[in-house]
Amino acid sequence: MELTLSAAIGIITASGIWLLLRPRTYQVIIGLSLLSYAVNLFIFGMGRLRTGAPPVLETGAAVDPAAYTDPVPQALVLTAIVISFATTALFLVVLLAARGLTGSDHVDGREPHG
Amino acid sequence: MNWLQHLLVAPILLPLAAGAALLLVEERRHTVKAALNIGATAALLVITAFLVRLADSATPDAAWSYPLGAWPAPFGIVLVLDRLSAMMLLLTSVLAAASLTFSMARWHRAGPHFHSLFQFLLMGLNGAFLTGDLFNLFVFFEVLLAASYGLLLHGTSAFRVRTGLHYIVVNLAASLLFLIGVSLIYGVTGTLNMADLAVRLPLVADGERVLFEAGAAVLGVAFLVKAGVWPLCFWLPGAYMAAAAPVAAIFAVLTKVGVYVLLRLTLLLFGSGAGELSGFGSSVLLFGGLATIAFGTFGILASQTLGRLAGHSLLVSSGTLLAAVAMADAPVVSGALFYMVSSTLSVAALYLLIELVERAQQPGADVLAVTMEAYDEEMDDAEEEELGVATPGALALLGVCFGCSALLLAGLPPLSGFVAKFALLSAAFNPAGLGEAAAIAWTTWVFAALLILSGLAVLIAMLRTGIRTFWAPLEVIVPRVLVVEAAPVALLIGLCLAVTVEAGELMRYTDAVARSLHAPTGYIGRVLPGSAADAAEADR
Repeated sequence: MELTLSAAIGIITASGIWLLLRPRTYQVIIGLSLLSYAVNLFIFGMGRLRTGAPPVLETGAAVDPAAYTDPVPQALVLTAIVISFATTALFLVVLLAARGLTGSDHVDGREPHG
Repeated sequence: MNWLQHLLVAPILLPLAAGAALLLVEERRHTVKAALNIGATAALLVITAFLVRLADSATPDAAWSYPLGAWPAPFGIVLVLDRLSAMMLLLTSVLAAASLTFSMARWHRAGPHFHSLFQFLLMGLNGAFLTGDLFNLFVFFEVLLAASYGLLLHGTSAFRVRTGLHYIVVNLAASLLFLIGVSLIYGVTGTLNMADLAVRLPLVADGERVLFEAGAAVLGVAFLVKAGVWPLCFWLPGAYMAAAAPVAAIFAVLTKVGVYVLLRLTLLLFGSGAGELSGFGSSVLLFGGLATIAFGTFGILASQTLGRLAGHSLLVSSGTLLAAVAMADAPVVSGALFYMVSSTLSVAALYLLIELVERAQQPGADVLAVTMEAYDEEMDDAEEEELGVATPGALALLGVCFGCSALLLAGLPPLSGFVAKFALLSAAFNPAGLGEAAAIAWTTWVFAALLILSGLAVLIAMLRTGIRTFWAPLEVIVPRVLVVEAAPVALLIGLCLAVTVEAGELMRYTDAVARSLHAPTGYIGRVLPGSAADAAEADR
């Protein structure tokens, strides 16, 4: 499980960075999205991987902390997802504005010569 | 908990409420919106001035902490007010007041939601300065960045959108690095509260320390991007130049947020009491800072427009601050904080001035000035004009302000820029105290040389533009300057003047800041009541 998750994070990050360095704005935004997925998985992994362990305590019975997983990274992931979603949406607007104003989808706003 | 402590949350709640209320006001009702915004900003100014007094009145090294929802730290989220954060809050609200006044001339009508975005930016800035927790720092960073994206694009033009695109991509990528760093640190230590982190750090096992160091390094890179350290600074001059004048003026404090966090975390986590981790990353900060000063200096000399010049002088000030943080010596940090106040105020004044000065120039006059210097072209065929022309009043006022900001940025006497650089250099060359002989590192000599050369570069570049604009313009254009535009510039420069006159008082304050930063037990004790640090504090 650890190997699968770390390989997944690694591949998504690598693809994200490659796309981030591409010249077209669409590639850049997809790269940023991929990177944010990888980061979210990474935060999740920092709470240590556990199968079948709930993060929320049940009321009533005596609580055995070992039976639960760490809830903090899950809360952090939730916040990070919301924030990166919002900022990506904002970036999308700027991207469209740039396309409209410069007439090009190159990140520098003009086509490279030659 | 008394009512005074509730005031700690006001710098976050007030802009949030004001920004939200402003969204509900129709876009056409400019006067109502402007009045609301001015009222909120003025109230913020009063509150932050009060908070500075509050922080200053506390016992030597103490801080005020405010547990949100009354959940005790480290389980709940805390806001912490100490002298450093109070000072940053006041600096922010002063800049906000000045740039808001300036925007009243015309910029606030140039696009939708200027006022809301402005208040949200203030909320993010205040939150970032007040929070005592790394993840909330991220959240407030995102709030201020999201607002800054909107403000940067305010008054849309193709140039703004193009540089705004770069600005947003760089900052989004830096935010992702921020998250990676934060989660690595959480994975190793199990806490995100800064004070708790300082307590638990010595307990980290040897094998895990490498992971922590990696996390801290990644986090540091994120802040270095915001602070604009070389080679992560190429986005900065262009983006700030593209921004509207009042926006650029308030942006002058954005780079200082990165410096602030680096200062706080370096001294809290990697101070002299941190054992193996003591001094972690200081060589990166030192050499990064020195390289940034050098890059900024060349940038200033090569700038063809005033906007770019101001951006590069921001880089110089960031680099100076980072190098000073790396020296991690209380008097140096004190001098650096003094320098931060002076340089932030003067760069903000310069950004506001640029727009007014450019009205007095023909388009492209800046570029022409540089070209004429480069080719040493003889332009004075003006023998017939021996009596000269009377300088119009508005131009004279602008000229005086321009001269003052040149003196401030170059660090020449008698203004506060000189006092700041003098304090910084005198502390750097007397590591053991005045009059005590001590070995001086070669990096200190490099630092001093770069700092002085950067001042010279500013002087040369600003003289060049100043002469062509005010003394020997090809054609005198009298700019139309409204009182609301001249007043904030005069206010900022007047504040620098006040800082010069009252330098002793400010130095006393920054000394106290530096001392408490170097003895973090007071901070830790206040955030974590009942901890070992708190007990040690009570014993003293």
